[in-house]
Amino acid sequence: MLEWIGLLPAFPLAGFLALVLTRGKLPRRIAGVIGVGSVGLSFALAAAITVEFLGSDALSHTQVLWTWMSVGNFTPGFSFYLDGLTVVMLLIISGVGFLIHLYSTGFMADDPGFARFFSYMNLFVASMLVLVLADNLVLLYLGWEGVGLCSYLLIGFWYDNPANGYAARKAFVVTRVGDTSMAIGLFLLFQQLGTLNIQEILTLAPQQWSEGSGMVVAASALLLGGAVGKSAQLPLQTWLPDAMAGPTPISALIHAATMVTAGVYLIARTHVLFELAPSVQILVAFVGLATLLMAGFTALTQRDIKRILAYSTVSQIGYMFLALGVGAWSAAIFHLMTHAFFKALLFLAAGTVILSLHHEHDIFRMGGMRKKLPVAFWSFVIGSAALTALPFTSGFYSKDAILLAALEQPQYGTLLWLGGVLGAFLTAIYSFRLVFVAFFGDDHTQDAHAHHSDDHGHDDHHHGPVKEITGFVMAAPLVILGILSLVGGFITVPVDSVFGVHEEHHASTLVHGFMIAVPIFGVLISYLLYSGAPQGRVLQQWLKSMRESAFGGGLTRFWFSGWGMDALYNLLFVKPFVALAQLNRKDLIDQFYGLLVELARISNRAIVLTQTGYLRWYAISLIGGLVLVIGIGVWA
Amino acid sequence: MPSIPYEHGLILAAILFVCGLIGVLTRRNIVFILMSLEIMLNACGLAFVVGSARWGHADGQIMFLMILTLAAAEVAVGLGLIIQMYRRFHTVDISVLSEMKG
Amino acid sequence: MILLFYLAGAVALIATISVIVSTNVVHALVYLIISLLAVAVIFFVLGAPFAAMLEAIVYAGAIMVLFLFVMMMLNLGQATEDEEKAWLRPQLWVGPGLLILVLLVQLVNVLVTQQVDVVPVEVGVRELSVLLFGPWLLAVELASMLLLAGLIAAYHLAKK
Repeated sequence: MLEWIGLLPAFPLAGFLALVLTRGKLPRRIAGVIGVGSVGLSFALAAAITVEFLGSDALSHTQVLWTWMSVGNFTPGFSFYLDGLTVVMLLIISGVGFLIHLYSTGFMADDPGFARFFSYMNLFVASMLVLVLADNLVLLYLGWEGVGLCSYLLIGFWYDNPANGYAARKAFVVTRVGDTSMAIGLFLLFQQLGTLNIQEILTLAPQQWSEGSGMVVAASALLLGGAVGKSAQLPLQTWLPDAMAGPTPISALIHAATMVTAGVYLIARTHVLFELAPSVQILVAFVGLATLLMAGFTALTQRDIKRILAYSTVSQIGYMFLALGVGAWSAAIFHLMTHAFFKALLFLAAGTVILSLHHEHDIFRMGGMRKKLPVAFWSFVIGSAALTALPFTSGFYSKDAILLAALEQPQYGTLLWLGGVLGAFLTAIYSFRLVFVAFFGDDHTQDAHAHHSDDHGHDDHHHGPVKEITGFVMAAPLVILGILSLVGGFITVPVDSVFGVHEEHHASTLVHGFMIAVPIFGVLISYLLYSGAPQGRVLQQWLKSMRESAFGGGLTRFWFSGWGMDALYNLLFVKPFVALAQLNRKDLIDQFYGLLVELARISNRAIVLTQTGYLRWYAISLIGGLVLVIGIGVWA
Repeated sequence: MPSIPYEHGLILAAILFVCGLIGVLTRRNIVFILMSLEIMLNACGLAFVVGSARWGHADGQIMFLMILTLAAAEVAVGLGLIIQMYRRFHTVDISVLSEMKG
Repeated sequence: MILLFYLAGAVALIATISVIVSTNVVHALVYLIISLLAVAVIFFVLGAPFAAMLEAIVYAGAIMVLFLFVMMMLNLGQATEDEEKAWLRPQLWVGPGLLILVLLVQLVNVLVTQQVDVVPVEVGVRELSVLLFGPWLLAVELASMLLLAGLIAAYHLAKK
């Protein structure tokens, strides 16, 4: 079975080709079967491979398909590498991806771009599978860029609306910054180590470089740049909230199963390099910490259901980076897995809400949906509970592991731990704020369109009666993901052999108790603030007065805009670039070539004058030339 | 046999040649232009024959034969063109055919 | 003999000048024939009787008759002759004349550098034929191809 590993990305790729080459002419049913079935086959194969791999004693398996190219001593192969980490990633990508595909057949049922949608989704999954299976960094980069391309295609899926195209370009350009950094990192690694095979790099690096030497710091910092771009961490996080322009299942796919986890995977995969560069590793932790806090505060102020979830993703990836930064590799991968479950669940449930409310995104225009949308409601409750890390949900175990690992960090342990706990507190408030506002209280769906921001593709706001749109294909993924979100914490990720350590974190009962109490406290505060409960009137009054005060209002706006990062980048990069472009509007270099053109034009005009069309004129010029030549020959 | 100055023959050929050239340059009637071309070709032939006599060798005369052939072919094609031109434009004025001007 | 050379040369020159200043095509053709015949005489004087005969038969005979036939086909009348008169203005001759004078001076300048007298040696048909069908055979074949091409082209071009 292991030798069939090459088929894993081949199935979705074949699905992509089939859907693309038929140019959307296939009936929806067949297109749906191809789109979902190809990923389903991949999942089945991945499951079978996992069973066989874990059953055997082998620690890894390498399958060389063919040599990709051969230039000098640079011969990256099209070869796949399988170990515990890969297995986990494969199951997450194909499994969660399959559920999202299945859900999409319901969600996208009426969309004219049905087949196109599934072709992009299949290519997305195929690219991501190549990324995690690659045994060398060049092949990994191929998958990496494929994921970037697909994210561009999918975010701009409803391309009729220019705003969506803008969001897609933004995602593409911002991640490109990170990709460039990563590419330079690859060049550096190849130049220094003479190979890009990941396992060889991991073996060679400790032999060649001493801990903290300049080269390894540079290489790992450059790789971190790539990971930061792809995983939407500070300072390249601005693209992810705007990526909500695409259809909701895409958000689920980007956030849960594929793209954003690529950065976490990359760092985990090359963890040896980061262990050799402690300064970069601690930087990873602080990037994660800063991102998770920043995104948490931002999520508190958002109104758009998908943007809240987007910022929560940024924040959760921040936790994973925090874990990577303190060397808790398996905790990071564990959180990656549980996050895939509950974030996919939340996004798909949000999709159901949005579709049922005729493309309404604003949570303050929902309210009281508890009874009308029971499936979505329970999905949200379970997903938010896991996100908040309430005890015995999957998120509890993974976040617990991360925070305990952070506490054990020798230098900044307490600081990182406190930040993480504060983040958990924020997570509890914003995620249950969403639940309480959207599903409790009064129904606001019929409110006038006072402040509607139209940032999605569909404009058909005929506000009919709210009826939950559900069916087997849409409900089944929610149920499965809901169960996984609850019990996913009991799964053990088989990555100890990959990282060479078995992580076990111990802490005093006091610390444990505190970490359990904080999210519950957060949920309580959220309940008092946002559910309209009479007990919380004092707090609600305080929040209202805060929001109306100058300082509070300003802070709200600041957080709402994502800490002004977009404005900052606009000021730092876009404005100067535009100014330079305006300065060079006439294109100074082009002027030189314009001169050549002008010269050619002038000489053309001059020479055209000689073309009179009269035979005599031509004969005379001929004779004139003859006289000249003979004259030179005779007298000169 | 009294001798003839070699360069006198060549000078005659040159004068005949430039006469033909003047004809080509000044006439507008295409028939006269063709005739002037014939004069020039004939002058060249004369130069070859003079050369042949100067060196006492027959190769110059062979070149004259080649020129004769060339002239025959050229006149045939040229006259065909004149007929065609007269049919289309009802004139023998070469200046009418100046459509190729830039 | 030497007198005959200069006489024939003078006739050829005068006839040629008459060609290029004539306004009537048929008159010009007759002058041209005279010029060609005079050149044929010069050939004879220079000891090239075969070339002289070909000049008379092919040039003055066949080619000029071809000209004459075409002129009769075109049937250019008095109108053309008047046109020619209008075109032959003296100022038209100034530019080309000067240019060509320079050319003539140059040519003469080149030609009079060596003073060699020619003692004509008659080259008969026999010697010529030996050369033609010996070393010059390829040129003869090419000339025949040229004539064939001229024939086909003339047929095609003159077709209605």
